[in-house]
Amino acid sequence: MAGIAAGGGRRSPVAPYLLVAPGVLWLLAFYVVPTVTLARTSFGPADAAWYDGYQRAFTVYGVHLGRSFGYALAATLVCVLLGYPLAYAIAFRAGKYKNFLLGLVILPFFTTFLVRTFAWKTILNDGGIVVQVLGTIGMLPEEGRLLNTVWAVIGGLSYNFLPFMILPIYVSLEKIDRKLTEAANDLYCNAGQAFRKVVLPLSMPGVLAGSLLTFIPATGDFINAELLGSPNQKMLGSVIQGQFLQVRDYSLAASLSFVLMVIITIMVLLYARALGTEDLA
Amino acid sequence: MDSVITLEHVQKRFGTYIAVHEAHFDIGKGEFFSMLGPSGCGKTTTLRMIAGFEQPDSGRILLEGQDVSRVPPYRRNVNTVFQHYALFPHMTVRDNVAFGPRSRKLEEAEVQKRVKELLEVTRLNQFAERKPAQLSGGQQQRVALARALVNYPSALLLDEPLGALDLKLRQAMQIELKRIQREVGITFIYVTHDQEEALTMSDRIAVMNEGRVEQIGTPEEIYHSPSTVFVAGFIGVANLLPARVIGLMDNRAVVTLAGEQRAEATAPGWAAKPGSDATLMVRPERLRLSADGPGVAATLTTAVFQGPVVRCLLATPDGVEVIAHVGSEGPRPDLQPGRSYRLLWDADSARLLPRAKASAPLDLQERTTLDLAGSH
Repeated sequence: MAGIAAGGGRRSPVAPYLLVAPGVLWLLAFYVVPTVTLARTSFGPADAAWYDGYQRAFTVYGVHLGRSFGYALAATLVCVLLGYPLAYAIAFRAGKYKNFLLGLVILPFFTTFLVRTFAWKTILNDGGIVVQVLGTIGMLPEEGRLLNTVWAVIGGLSYNFLPFMILPIYVSLEKIDRKLTEAANDLYCNAGQAFRKVVLPLSMPGVLAGSLLTFIPATGDFINAELLGSPNQKMLGSVIQGQFLQVRDYSLAASLSFVLMVIITIMVLLYARALGTEDLA
Repeated sequence: MDSVITLEHVQKRFGTYIAVHEAHFDIGKGEFFSMLGPSGCGKTTTLRMIAGFEQPDSGRILLEGQDVSRVPPYRRNVNTVFQHYALFPHMTVRDNVAFGPRSRKLEEAEVQKRVKELLEVTRLNQFAERKPAQLSGGQQQRVALARALVNYPSALLLDEPLGALDLKLRQAMQIELKRIQREVGITFIYVTHDQEEALTMSDRIAVMNEGRVEQIGTPEEIYHSPSTVFVAGFIGVANLLPARVIGLMDNRAVVTLAGEQRAEATAPGWAAKPGSDATLMVRPERLRLSADGPGVAATLTTAVFQGPVVRCLLATPDGVEVIAHVGSEGPRPDLQPGRSYRLLWDADSARLLPRAKASAPLDLQERTTLDLAGSH
């Protein structure tokens, strides 16, 4: 004890600051500075009102804004509905196949995002087998096709972000002591009640984390809308990308980025509060 | 005595491994009943079958006269205190305790009344709004107890509930458990591998080994009249001397020990033929030592003063280790290691037991006590 105390006394008081310095510098250089620059850009060129970009964000591009959040919400919902049962099965039922199945979940990451999304273009092609089968059983949407429809875009988003939903849910389920289910059974709950009262609440941090990892990038995504949708499915990410790289209206693009960031932040905080897991958010 | 739980020829296997073999006994109303044995002896499996987490492969389990062998745990009126408590981490102490009554859809007023009562019995009132993670091990233990007892079960099942606590807390909780059991008057079925714990708390003990119930009886019966070598060795310290039966009469046997030394022992219900092999068991505190005269010869290895007794380790000429507790006051021979003494006992304090096939756990137990004695 005495030795440790003496060692602590000799320790330099600047050591903790040195340890956090690389992280702080990184954030300063690659987060704070760009954000400030972006903010300044968003307040526009001298020939327009400072709020011009923000005004257009809600008027001209209001529809894209709404679409981005709508699609991202839909994709997040699809991911929860598909991902939760899958994560549950892997965590509780897979036995010795657990690692193999987790490997399968991660496997798509070995191919780039872009290529995988392109592949869906072929799969959902108008003459493709999926469209034919759906057409035969009368399940095709009213557009008579899949590619370039809202379904393809939401589907693509769901597909691309599904692993980000499965993994956090899996982790939170995996941590749950199996004895808790037994305890619930012992205390007069059947399997369904035990799930609802014990397993589900304890896995909510995973659902929250998964939702954030899905919803935030999905809102800003433009690849899925560009490749699988028509101009009618254009999301805000596409607009920002176009304004920055083609139209070069930097002020508008920066304003749109800020609007997106602020709305996402507000939604995330509300969501975290609703799930009662503020400490995680 | 009314029985709350009856096991009828219950058997359970996992694959080819027989976990519980022909368990067949009654547990009475209000009884503190312990299942005692080393790990893997089938005690926890038996408890889990009573709880409903496992189903017997054959035989029946009756709860208050009803066959519940195929009834799921959530429809049985028994509750379990789990080894590591399994408290719901996302709920307060109050909600944990209220869990069972709420699942049964009792009126909220009744739920609150019962919760209040149990929090009082377990002395948890001031912790009601805390989460389990904010409690000490002993407090969590009491929450687990309250959460089970609040359902007024026909029997409370406890699976090594004190195993995770340190020695001092464990001893305090033993007394606490016994107090609570007396207060609520509910049957407790208690699984433990700790013989002292079982002796301290139980009305009756079932000693189990390798899936079989070796003996059921009160702590005194188990200690003074063990029916097998395993029971004798598992409960307390037992000296086991190889013996050969010469004659039997009126629950008493005459045997020869190594070196043709004759001895007498009680042998109730003993039916072996003269000439067969047996084991003579005598507790260390029943042995007397003398410098010469009749008795079994043994050489003193060490003598350790332990306050009320002097613990003597001796070895017979054929290599059997013997422990004798000699009163530290009163007459006793001068104890000098290396010298030979005579071991004496009354026929009433020795018991004749069937010769054990394998005595591995016994040796282990004996070894541990010897090691402990040596390190003092």
